[in-house]
Amino acid sequence: MIKFTLNEKPTTVDVDPDMPLLWVLRDELDMTGTKFGCGMAQCGACTVHLDGKPIRACVMPVSAIQNKSVTTIEGIAVNGKHQVQEAWKKHKVPQCGYCQSGQIMSAVALIEENPSPNEAQINEAMKGNLCRCGTYTRIKSALMEISEANKGEAK
Amino acid sequence: MKNLTSLDRRRFLKLTGLAGGALVLGATTPLSMPVWASDNADSTRLNLFVSILEDNTVEIVCHRSEMGQGVRTGVPQIIADELGASWDTIRVVQGLANQAYGSQNTDGSSSVRGVFNTLRKMGSTARTMLEQAAAEKWGVSVSDVEARDSQIVMKDGSRSATFASLAASASKRALPDEKTITLKSKADFSLIGKDVEIVDMDDMLTGNTTFGQDVRLPNMVFASIERCPVTGGKVTSFDKDAAMKVKGVVDVILMPEQAMPALFSPVSGVAVIATNTWSALQGRKALNIKWDLGEHAAHQSGPFHETLKKRVLEKGEVIRSAGNAYSEYDNAARQFEATYTVPYLVHAQMEPVSATAEYKDGKFEIWACTQAPQRAQRVVSEFFELEREDVNVHVTLLGGGFGRKSKPDYVVEAAYLAKKAQRPVKVVWSREDDMQHGYYHAVSAMHYQAGMSDKGVDSWIQRTAFPSISFTFTGTTDSPQTGELSLGFGDMPFSVKHLSCEKNKAEGHTRIGWMRSVSNIHHAFAQGSFVDELAHENQQDPLSMWLSLLGDDRIVDVKSQGFEYSNYQAPLEEQPIDTKRLKHAIKLVVEKSGADKPTKKGEGWGISVHRSFVSYVAVATKVKVEDGKVIVLEMHSTIDAGTVVNPDRVKAQQEGSMVFGLSLALMGEITFTDGAVDQSNYHDYQILRMNQCPRIYTYIIENDEPPGGVGEPGTPPVAASLANAIFNASGKRIRDLPISKHYQV
Repeated sequence: MIKFTLNEKPTTVDVDPDMPLLWVLRDELDMTGTKFGCGMAQCGACTVHLDGKPIRACVMPVSAIQNKSVTTIEGIAVNGKHQVQEAWKKHKVPQCGYCQSGQIMSAVALIEENPSPNEAQINEAMKGNLCRCGTYTRIKSALMEISEANKGEAK
Repeated sequence: MKNLTSLDRRRFLKLTGLAGGALVLGATTPLSMPVWASDNADSTRLNLFVSILEDNTVEIVCHRSEMGQGVRTGVPQIIADELGASWDTIRVVQGLANQAYGSQNTDGSSSVRGVFNTLRKMGSTARTMLEQAAAEKWGVSVSDVEARDSQIVMKDGSRSATFASLAASASKRALPDEKTITLKSKADFSLIGKDVEIVDMDDMLTGNTTFGQDVRLPNMVFASIERCPVTGGKVTSFDKDAAMKVKGVVDVILMPEQAMPALFSPVSGVAVIATNTWSALQGRKALNIKWDLGEHAAHQSGPFHETLKKRVLEKGEVIRSAGNAYSEYDNAARQFEATYTVPYLVHAQMEPVSATAEYKDGKFEIWACTQAPQRAQRVVSEFFELEREDVNVHVTLLGGGFGRKSKPDYVVEAAYLAKKAQRPVKVVWSREDDMQHGYYHAVSAMHYQAGMSDKGVDSWIQRTAFPSISFTFTGTTDSPQTGELSLGFGDMPFSVKHLSCEKNKAEGHTRIGWMRSVSNIHHAFAQGSFVDELAHENQQDPLSMWLSLLGDDRIVDVKSQGFEYSNYQAPLEEQPIDTKRLKHAIKLVVEKSGADKPTKKGEGWGISVHRSFVSYVAVATKVKVEDGKVIVLEMHSTIDAGTVVNPDRVKAQQEGSMVFGLSLALMGEITFTDGAVDQSNYHDYQILRMNQCPRIYTYIIENDEPPGGVGEPGTPPVAASLANAIFNASGKRIRDLPISKHYQV
């Protein structure tokens, strides 16, 4: 039995301890907001937060999250009102939308750690998230705008 | 926007009259859609695409597949505009596979350009019926009323009625005579031409989406299939017991043997069915399958590519000609020739293909991320010898498509397993499955020759060789076919007196398929690079070389030179090859980007322009080449797609096309060893990442021409503009893609 906190709710699963968190979320818990893209930490579609840090759920054995806290796209904000989601909406980022759960989770982790990242820091934080539709320029614009806005707040 | 729904099967059948066997004609014959509501209590259907609910919600069907291009927004935008509906009353219903809609194939950049006026008439017909109902009720002339914000109002403002209050009587009216149907003038558009936010936005931002991979049914099991690494091979033995011992595995099923031609049949293999995806994947590892790999196990893509390269040096089969290209070339004052190659490519869409099926009472219920629901329906019904009505295909969101999801092999797999397992089965393709069992963009070689005098280019010979998509469907086709030669080759737009366009032999060894912009990818790379090379040969700047080759403003008549040009299924008299539009696109991109201005040392601009899917796109790319590495700094593109429905989505498609084109030009390469694909995941088939992505600027050329394609035309000119930029920055000409063979990227 693996116990962990999922989006602030205590959760218990009885599965093969080697099963990656991704399949536990998707197949055992029917939480399909976290997407499957590659299965080897190459694309970032499955990005979730483990104790607040972004990880790739497709390569994280569920045994490794015992007693830890997992946040998924379904749990980052009420009604999609996180600063990152709102910026995504304003910049009309998504095309097919498949990678966006992972993009948003990486972006949220970035902004929570560094509210005003520069372009190089954005590239570094986001380069693990692939988007075949090519929404990169809008993701960058959205994050640069957040970065600017947060600078204002800090002053 | 209201919440999105799917019509359930029962209601859909009732509404479309199919259950009663009534004749239902589709959108391919405009206005022939006598589809009426019968005894339905909660909605009134005015035609195939438009229903009005009691609360004045307007349901509009999107009959095409959403894969990032925004079609679930664009199609309703068109209909709602002509209907006079206010956008906040619209609810989008995803259409199921149904012949009544006309073609639902979401390919060929055709979802707007092919049916723009038909969809407008769908909206306009419904509006007219509502107006007539109001006029009759009020005892006034139809000309006294109009539709506005989902109401019919008296033009003098004296009365109004909601659509809902008129829908019941409107739906009983005879279909208006097509001659009486009026369409709005462009100036009156309220939604067409506006940046309407995509209807799936909020769901996409919160993970509340259902893609093919996300479908869940009660009692469903997960299947993962180990497939034969070589096209046409088969299973000779496997260890069922070992796989069954893996925890979570509930069944192991031998898939049907892949017959050739490949068509859309499943690949030979063994399916492991389990209570979750992970267990199914683990079970596969225990199968220990022995294969009979078949004849294509001899395919080695490296030597094959060299063979194609040699073949295009020899005269091929002439498909279009003018004058005496060979004698003029032989006697030319100066000659120049070059050979270009592009490797096999794969779609690598973010969502690996997936389908879920349930078999009950002799019928299939299927959910799939498919670009071609009718094809999926047809292929499944033929495979199981059923009527089409016995196969119901629901379309989910598609996590990218780019052509891969037009091929329903995976849908047949799901149906096959659901019938065998007697419970709902979801087939999950892994990334490795998707990359190694694709329908590949063809490996190609092109050779171009130009004979020049002081007056310019007088003679032109071009050849192309690549395995044909038709090979997938015939198993025997061994040269490019007219449809493919119509993509940036036989439609070459240059003004040269002596011309020979030829194709050379190329056999198929794997499943060849269409991928975003298809043969335009390699043809535009070769053509756009060759023009740039000619500019340097002639010490001319590239823009002036492009303009002089394109010549006077004119309509290019390729048919009179013997080529049966398909023109993307558009009428040539309405959407011809227009050199004026090509020239405008490239002049504008140079003006906007400053590509004609000097750059710093080690930097350079490259330009290219290409017409495809009856739209015109020019691209200017700026690169820096430093320490053996290419850095793409910025890209500018102009697009003339005639009338556009949603400019923001056009821009998004252009941005995406730049990224798609850069990915393939910089890093895209699929190779085969012993008939099997060598690459397996994103580490060895790389696509562009955020840190490699340049700044991208898009300029939409506005005019009143009929709509052209948008999803694909942006991709073709990218590779040439990039190679041309690298040449200007470094002096090194790259004729063999990808760039990563020559530089770090």
